Amino acid sequence: MTFTIPIENGNGVKNAEADSQRTLYPYVTGTSVVAIKYKDGILMASDMGGSYGSTLRYKNIERMKAIGKHSLLGASGEISDFQEILRYLDELMLNDNMWDDGNSLGPKEVHNYLTRVMYNRRNKFNPLWNTLVLGGVKNGEKYLGMVSMIGVSFEDNHVATGFGNHLARPILRDEWREDLSFEEGVKLLEKCMRVLLYRDRSAINKLQIAKMTEEGVTVSEPYSLKTFWDFKAFTNPTVGAEGSW
Amino acid sequence: MSQSSVDVPPKGGFSFDLCKRNDMLTQKGLKAPSFLKTGTTIVGLIFKDGVILGADTRATEGPIVADKNCEKIHYMAPNIYCCGAGTAADTEAVTDMVSSQLRLHRYQTGRDSRVITALTLLKKHLFSYQGHVSAALVLGGVDITGPHLHTIYPHGSTDTLPFATMGSGSLAAMSVFEAKYKEGLTRDEGIKLVAEAICSGIFNDLGSGSNVDICVITKGNKEYLRNYMEPNPRTYVSSKGYSFTKKTEVLLTKITPLSEKVEIVEVAGEAMEE
Repeated sequence: MTFTIPIENGNGVKNAEADSQRTLYPYVTGTSVVAIKYKDGILMASDMGGSYGSTLRYKNIERMKAIGKHSLLGASGEISDFQEILRYLDELMLNDNMWDDGNSLGPKEVHNYLTRVMYNRRNKFNPLWNTLVLGGVKNGEKYLGMVSMIGVSFEDNHVATGFGNHLARPILRDEWREDLSFEEGVKLLEKCMRVLLYRDRSAINKLQIAKMTEEGVTVSEPYSLKTFWDFKAFTNPTVGAEGSW
Repeated sequence: MSQSSVDVPPKGGFSFDLCKRNDMLTQKGLKAPSFLKTGTTIVGLIFKDGVILGADTRATEGPIVADKNCEKIHYMAPNIYCCGAGTAADTEAVTDMVSSQLRLHRYQTGRDSRVITALTLLKKHLFSYQGHVSAALVLGGVDITGPHLHTIYPHGSTDTLPFATMGSGSLAAMSVFEAKYKEGLTRDEGIKLVAEAICSGIFNDLGSGSNVDICVITKGNKEYLRNYMEPNPRTYVSSKGYSFTKKTEVLLTKITPLSEKVEIVEVAGEAMEE
């Protein structure tokens, strides 16, 4: 995708500089993030891969981070833009703390802030190339929302980014319930992540699951899923027709 | 027109004569006409005793639903069926053509058709048209060598798989298969899983919709369950459905059999030949 709008301000040299500052394509990208609401809060899963085009360059990228006491942010897309967003949120949280009024920004507020940031950047044809998942619990209220790189934002009981929309969302639409326990929620997320692992070429088998409840955020240690490759028809596909494929 | 050129009829296969002119036209801004696509979810899976094929029933023309209840599972042979996704005319024509070829082959050999025969005929045809015949197929059947399931892509490549999905809803259906497929499924479990995969495509993909068709093929037997599930029924506001206004009254009924009024003459020699 190239944005080639000529900037008419009469200064040729400055145009070239301004153009080189705009985001044209993503370079190091993370793949899907899947998140659901469960009984006690939010569960979010993502793998730890950062792809550089078709190379799996980085295998230890944490794409989910806690924001303050009440929110959890997961991102897919350009990793450098995700790090920039974390810096913006850091500044936001710092300024909020300086009021020192016992109140702290909850997930709704952070989601709104992110929506504004993403939309305004898109209007300037210089987007932050991410799809963000924002989940959190404040005063017993669970919140799960999503913002895309063009500023589309909404909240739902289960969200997914990228390929997760096509592969994980159908499963979640069928099997999500209001009162999932922690174990059931993790099992459901693992089911989705396993399908993504089989069918998304940029997914890797090293994932983290983050839990957000009233008490706070815990991000699990990285672990891998069991996969099954021994279907008879995969090991010997051309039975009865030797030589064909 | 050169006088020394000889008019030779084309030998078959795709004639690429007009491609340069088409390229030039698209560069000048002419939009190529669009096709009636099936925008589909089609699936197949191998179970303990054979093959189960499934398909949705929506045919789209761009954003419009052209046919709410079309048939996407095509007959190839008594023991072989084929689901088709892509351009509707292409899938119909190519499956009809190969079905005829298989029948002639059966007459000549005196044996039941094999699934790989259908596979080879289809892939040869699609490859020779270099992907311009936009037909993506899921071919399944049970022959003397056992149950087989294949996918065929428009450019002519094929895969042999225990479970397969094609069409715009293929990712939604594949997520169900990848999560729930096991080896050695029974007939009922298999049908349930196929119906679930097609429903996943129907409800999560905009190009698929309406009803679920299922075809179960086992050794020596096949069951074509048209509209096995109808999860999108037409609903009316009133429970009695639509009631038409009062019709014109019937005053008199008189039946006159025509054979009394008309004389049928059989002229020898002019009767229709067999």
